[in-house]
Amino acid sequence: MSSHGTNAAVVSLEAVHIGFEEGEVLRGVSFSVPPRQTLVLLGESGTGKTLTLKLAAGLLRPDSGHVRVLGQTVSEMREEELLEFRRHIGFVFQEGALFDSMSVADNVAYRLREDGLPEEEIEPRVRETLRFVELEHALEMLPSELSGGMRRRVAIARALVNRPPVVLYDSPTAGLDPMTAQTIITLILRLRDVYGVTALLATHRLQDGFALANFRFDPESRRVFPLAAGNGGAAAPGEAAGTRFLVYRDGLVYFSGGPEEIVASRDPYLRRFLV
Amino acid sequence: MADTPLQAASPDAKEAHVPSLFEVLGGLARKAIAGVQDYSILSLRSLTNLAAGPRYMPDAMEQMDIIGVGSLPIVLLTGFFIGAVMVLQTGSQFTRFGQTALTGDVVAIALVRELGPTITGLLVAGRCSSGIASELGSMLVTEQVDAMRAMGTDPSRKLVTPRVLATLLMLPLLTALADFIGLLGGCVVSVFTLRLDAYQFWTRAIDALEFADLMQGLSKPVFFGFILATVGCYKGLSVRGGTQGVGRATTQAVVVSSVLIIAADFFLTKISLFLADKVF
Ligand SMILES: Nc1ncnc2c1ncn2[C@@H]1O[C@H](COP(=O)(O)OP(=O)(O)OP(=O)(O)O)[C@@H](O)[C@H]1O
Ligand SMILES: [Mg+2]
Repeated sequence: MSSHGTNAAVVSLEAVHIGFEEGEVLRGVSFSVPPRQTLVLLGESGTGKTLTLKLAAGLLRPDSGHVRVLGQTVSEMREEELLEFRRHIGFVFQEGALFDSMSVADNVAYRLREDGLPEEEIEPRVRETLRFVELEHALEMLPSELSGGMRRRVAIARALVNRPPVVLYDSPTAGLDPMTAQTIITLILRLRDVYGVTALLATHRLQDGFALANFRFDPESRRVFPLAAGNGGAAAPGEAAGTRFLVYRDGLVYFSGGPEEIVASRDPYLRRFLV
Repeated sequence: MADTPLQAASPDAKEAHVPSLFEVLGGLARKAIAGVQDYSILSLRSLTNLAAGPRYMPDAMEQMDIIGVGSLPIVLLTGFFIGAVMVLQTGSQFTRFGQTALTGDVVAIALVRELGPTITGLLVAGRCSSGIASELGSMLVTEQVDAMRAMGTDPSRKLVTPRVLATLLMLPLLTALADFIGLLGGCVVSVFTLRLDAYQFWTRAIDALEFADLMQGLSKPVFFGFILATVGCYKGLSVRGGTQGVGRATTQAVVVSSVLIIAADFFLTKISLFLADKVF
């Protein structure tokens, strides 16, 4: 599918199959994500987006095929090795998966504590990360006291607190109102342009992908700029490689390409995601 | 897991296949064996985790508080009444032979060897095995367990080992207290209904107990604690099917751990009697 150099790929799947008792869900999926690219993973509910992200994080093993991340073959590593390796990967779960018996600050600090950092170093980093997601005031709140959008932002803060080079976002805008969804996407945009992370983003909404493809966050002026004129139009050629799209259908990669190809497409299945 | 009504409508949906009895039984057997295997691995890991690596002692302390201190009221209350009722039941028999003084011996031996450990085990199983299963089960279905793994934590170290360790250590202590309070309950009742002397009751009760009885009575709860904690953890971490699955796992944890405790009690008693004969 992808013509990008496989050697340089940060995340790559090769002929991955995975299934459960009910049948095979992924039936031979291959793709690769080069450094600093954001791959937007589209597909209807149940097409295996979450599974793909969990495979990339080594939380699941494929029935066959290979999963490589940062030069390591994740699909063949032992769980103990994986535990160590996952520190390079940030995972934002579909429903946030915050630890509901811990405060927001403890949730965000979790990974730093696991790494055995001294408390006096943890506290400023937690604050800084929560400031990045604009939730510094929620430090002592419990996840059950937060709104859906806030919960997602805490989940993002928790995933990026130790600055992983790879971030996997599982439907970060699902179930949010358009305004809140926009805030989340802007946050992901800022993360990409400030820290240069490589990302996989699963979503139902094509416009999430377009927002990432067509806008840029400028760290100097701290503002978001459109990359090109026109609504959903073609992005500047240099930047277009920054966001690519992958559409799943029936366990296979149905479409793979840049934003302009998807816009030009007349395919009824692809157009379904435009709403 | 995401339920997908869309999938049901997929054109290549499998045609209905009526499985034979043999297939059904084979499937069940396979599942049961796989379950036992997973349970054994989990139980073993819960102990081997202590040998090295991150140990999460603060979590273990917290669990000791929840399991140990939290179970204290019900264990003490029940222990008291078990001792009391023992005296009522045995006392009425002994009065027939005019041997009421023997009540202390019988209550002490029955409590320390058998009733203390099993009743405490069953009570804590009802309270904590279910608690553990529902807590871990909810964490599993809300993906908190996966989130833990994603952040480099081994759930068997962070969740299972602290609970197993805490129960293992707390149950013998709870049992000892239940034994004591049970004797106290027995004493009170024998003073009031059998007109026994309290001092006489206690001396007889303590004299009746041998070292082997204490060994038996305090080693059983270690095993019971291990059973109820590992069953709770296993049931919680193998939940399937959302919230409803959590409810099912909770019930199953209590049922399975209670049955296993009673069954283990039989074998532990057998072994203890054998050892008491040969060694002590
Ligand atoms: N642990 C599991 N056991 C059995 N089936 C599973 C499991 N995990 C996922 N599935 C099945 O795999 C399919 C794909 O699931 P997945 O969660 O990846 O979908 P998705 O694309 O993320 O959907 P959504 O957009 O609703 O989040 C679903 O049909 C689901 O039922
Ligand atoms: Mg999903």
